[in-house]
Amino acid sequence: MPANRFNGNSDYGVGIGLRVPHYQHIFSKKPVVNWFEIISENFMVDGGRPLAVLDQILERYRVVQHGVSMYFGSAEPLNREHLTRLKSLVKRTKTPWLTDHLCWGSVDGRYTHDLLPMPYTFEAAKKTARKIREARDFLEVPIAVENVSSYAEFHVSEMTEWEFLNEVVEDADCGILLDVNNIYVSSRNHNFDPFEYLHSVPADRVAQIHIAGHTKYQRLILDTHDHPVIDPVWALYARAIELAGPTATLLEWDDRIPSFDEVHREALKAKRYLPAQLREAS
Amino acid sequence: MNLEQLQRAVFEVTRQPLTPSEKLRPRLPDGRSIREIADALIKPNDRMTAFERLQVYNQQYWFRIMGSLSEDFPGLRSLLGERKFEKLAVAYLNECPSESFTLRNLGSRLEAWLRKHSEYIAGVERVAMDMVRLEWADIEAFDKLELPRITADESARLNGDTVLRLQPHLQLLDLAYPVDELLFRIRGLDSKTDAASNAVLKFPHSWKIRRSALPRPGKVYLAVYRLQGAVYFKRLTRDAFTLLQALGEGKPLAKALEISLVRSRRNLDRLSKQVQEWFQNWSSLGWFAQQP
Repeated sequence: MPANRFNGNSDYGVGIGLRVPHYQHIFSKKPVVNWFEIISENFMVDGGRPLAVLDQILERYRVVQHGVSMYFGSAEPLNREHLTRLKSLVKRTKTPWLTDHLCWGSVDGRYTHDLLPMPYTFEAAKKTARKIREARDFLEVPIAVENVSSYAEFHVSEMTEWEFLNEVVEDADCGILLDVNNIYVSSRNHNFDPFEYLHSVPADRVAQIHIAGHTKYQRLILDTHDHPVIDPVWALYARAIELAGPTATLLEWDDRIPSFDEVHREALKAKRYLPAQLREAS
Repeated sequence: MNLEQLQRAVFEVTRQPLTPSEKLRPRLPDGRSIREIADALIKPNDRMTAFERLQVYNQQYWFRIMGSLSEDFPGLRSLLGERKFEKLAVAYLNECPSESFTLRNLGSRLEAWLRKHSEYIAGVERVAMDMVRLEWADIEAFDKLELPRITADESARLNGDTVLRLQPHLQLLDLAYPVDELLFRIRGLDSKTDAASNAVLKFPHSWKIRRSALPRPGKVYLAVYRLQGAVYFKRLTRDAFTLLQALGEGKPLAKALEISLVRSRRNLDRLSKQVQEWFQNWSSLGWFAQQP
């Protein structure tokens, strides 16, 4: 698969998230998987089983780190302890690139542990970009930021979400983890055309793509990662591949997790959207 | 309104405890209307008001942290029952919101908080406090550092002046109730999650221990430690516990033995014999770490 400077010029294909219910299957069956995405925070510990499992995985598989609490968009400075632990993990995994969300979630050192939507203002874009650059310089690894799904929008916003994304990634000169499911979820919650979003994303900055399932309620869609990917999201994925080229792709399945084989099969459906000559190779 | 002001305002509302019907409260503790705050900050859409949209994040916040605390303290939850545990958890998390990038540390201040708020464990104070200490020790033992173990050569060179270093994952507990046995019975409900989704749908549910099934008081000295990735509980004698505790405080070996002997009811000969056995056993379990 084509590579770019935002994914460490790597060539990773289709991967899945490393999740606890699958450990036994992975260690006993040793399935062929292009790569695993890990949640960084789950392994930013001093020792014990999490790191032992990770070391075992690293003996056989490629791993990419995905974070959930760096909070580039929080107004407060980056957490130095977080960064230090993250860097230690980066050295362990040798992740070619690292991702976290374009969101906020902490105030005065207190954490929500949620992915809260940004106000799409120039001030927020500038501050967020500065923190991404600071993290990248400290961690010495390319960073890509993920668009989140959201359930609210702010009056103070001065631009659309996709304009905000562009503003941040251009200023930070970083990559994008393009979550096409999140685009779909937000498009339904905020009544916009998901393809308009997709077409405005700078394709040359897309380091990785996320696909996932969600849950539809009467008045909103929640990004629950507990279902297969639906067709409209596959359609967005297909278009994203046309625009960005074959890109490292990861299926997220975090709740009501089915068997390893089922998750892997669902992820590999992504290969249907690759150019024919790449389908077998990836 | 700048970024900092907006985030402060949203965070203040988001962390307000839910109503009994799991909805966003109408007012902040200072009396301000949350509906007015929401209207000023959030755009409505054709299906939801600003208040309802903010409520989604309020619910997510509480469902997530309550779920995490429940997973970490299944023993306390079963001791208290669903309703009392939720009341305790809401009060604790409201006063002690997460100050860590990881949910792993959410319960780190629970023991200290309960010492000041024993009304939340009224009727089962001692057993509940012991359970909280045990469950936190379990979390610490699970992923704290394991240093290189002392070698056979280093063991052979031990003398009275030696300061032995205990493994950081080894936790020593002096309990008034045999809560280790109780926790074994409760286990099996745990199913930790490690999701990257920003949606949480509900609180997990559990069961309550019948009052008649509560353990009787009984002194237990316990080591909670990790071996090959698994956490184990090992009961100790009082003498062994005293010795390990003194070693953990950095006392030289001779001094630690002296403390243990003074507190022991055994004579020197019997204790000396025991100490040799203990050290062999503890060394085989990797409890002694090399000095830096």
